Amino acid sequence: MSANAKRAAWEEKPTVGGQALKGASIIVIALLILFPLYTIALTSLSSSETVNRVGGLVVWPGDGITFEAYEQMFRNPVVLRSLLVSLGITAVGTTISVVVSILGAYSLSRPGSFGHRTVLFSVLLMFVIFPGLIPVYLWVSAIGLRDNYLAMILPMAVSAFNVVVLRAFFMSLPQELFDAARIDGAGEFRVLWQIVAPLSKAVIAVVTLFYAVAYWNNWFNAFLYLDDTSKWPLALVLRTYVVESSPLPQASGLSTAPPTLAVKMAIVMIAIIPALIIYPFVQKHFKKGVIIGAVKG
Amino acid sequence: MSARLKRDWPLLLMAAPMMLLVWGFWWIPALGNVIAFQDYKPYTGGIFGSTIVGFTHFQLLFADPAFTRALVNTLSITAFQVVFYFPVPIALALLMHSLVSERLRSMLQSVVYLPYFFSWVLVIAIFQQMLGGAGLLSQTLRANGFEGVDWMTNPDTFILLVTSQAIWKEAGFGAIIFLAALAAIDPNLYEAAAVDGAGRWRRLWHITLPGIRPVIVLLLILRLGDALNVGFEQFFLQRSAVGSQASEVFDTFVYYSGVRTGDFDYGAAAGLFKGVVGLVLILAANKAAHLLGERGVYSKS
Repeated sequence: MSANAKRAAWEEKPTVGGQALKGASIIVIALLILFPLYTIALTSLSSSETVNRVGGLVVWPGDGITFEAYEQMFRNPVVLRSLLVSLGITAVGTTISVVVSILGAYSLSRPGSFGHRTVLFSVLLMFVIFPGLIPVYLWVSAIGLRDNYLAMILPMAVSAFNVVVLRAFFMSLPQELFDAARIDGAGEFRVLWQIVAPLSKAVIAVVTLFYAVAYWNNWFNAFLYLDDTSKWPLALVLRTYVVESSPLPQASGLSTAPPTLAVKMAIVMIAIIPALIIYPFVQKHFKKGVIIGAVKG
Repeated sequence: MSARLKRDWPLLLMAAPMMLLVWGFWWIPALGNVIAFQDYKPYTGGIFGSTIVGFTHFQLLFADPAFTRALVNTLSITAFQVVFYFPVPIALALLMHSLVSERLRSMLQSVVYLPYFFSWVLVIAIFQQMLGGAGLLSQTLRANGFEGVDWMTNPDTFILLVTSQAIWKEAGFGAIIFLAALAAIDPNLYEAAAVDGAGRWRRLWHITLPGIRPVIVLLLILRLGDALNVGFEQFFLQRSAVGSQASEVFDTFVYYSGVRTGDFDYGAAAGLFKGVVGLVLILAANKAAHLLGERGVYSKS
């Protein structure tokens, strides 16, 4: 890869000092982000003896790798169940959100249609007017969603931002395509499914990632609405167990020993890993400016 | 009209699930803000049977030192972050844009965007492990005969802590919009300037910065319009560690005065106050953007 090939002829030769400074800042920035992740991962893979000897997070490799902490973590029924809850909520919630948002955004991409303005304002005003925590809390409790998994999905199922991102992309597609399809007798659902959706894979991927991350990371709705701790998602377990260092509700009888640092770090890793797996598949789209178009529009 | 309805009913059907969710979990609960003007009795009165007390709760709010503190904390954190957080994504974007090697730039982008997808719980857990009393920094200091530090529980440095957390988590992703603005600058301008003898700093000053000025102004105004929002989770999660003196912001005040103590009407009043002032600020900010000749967030269509 010849980096200099892309430098324009009129540009000055880079100075040594400038290049060194730039290189140093890149290394520092990358380390600030990656080093904590590295040491947390290494600690989660270390034996309890190693962690005790070091007296905290393990920085230097060389003491061998063991899945001891992960085995311990999965033997804890509270953690295991919360992981399944989180996976379930994320899968169901993301599916609902993506389908509802695509349908809604498509209907919003057709100005002048019946009821268009009402729908558009219902969504756009969400950017500036918020119902507030207390009224939503009272309402969700009043309609009987306490201790219901749906309380973790429905209040956050539609993100106005994601709908607007999708709508902006749909509207940027060449409208002649749709007209041609309609002349051929295709209904709106077919136009959406057979023409719009295949052309919008990138933006749908990005929106799916945003929704999935929001569900996976959410603990506050569970904290507000789920009194039954057996329904807790992983994020809330992480908050209670790792951040607050409080014992887990039902675990007291089962695991008498306090959680070791390695187990804590294993839980942190489990919470990070899904993002690490999906992220590479989606992040290339950020550079294509999928989001930017909508932010500007 | 019936012809349009007949033609457009599939579109309405498509919008129906979204409308159901948006009205059912946003606009209908929004009406519940009337309890801010009531002596709300959740069990005996409910929203329809409670007495109306007008602006009593709002008067009490302004006499409540905890509310004033939340207001002061929120505004100082916003002001602090406008100075110390806001320039970071711009600097990052300039750095990434200046990299000639496509591959290096792409790798750096992947790394700096990543923390945006972590939850606040994770970010705080990570900071705890690095800078907390039992964290890596203290551990290293103690191993070398120094005294350990605990930045996670120190109210005096809390504003620095939350700002560095915000930078760590969000500055990278925030650079995207500036990168797009940088990419939109006409490269011929640079060439012409270079031919006329402008060095790289003069090009930065006379071409690059004016080129991204509209985006900078827009985002700055938006941030000021959003001054009452500093994030809820980040402060809620660290409130027990540093104490409410330093960490109470608007949103945590609403939660603690409303949900936690059960004074729903009082908490709703605090939330409504924030919502109304926030709305006015956003509208004012947008107006300001228009007056300065920028496009703003929305314009009359």
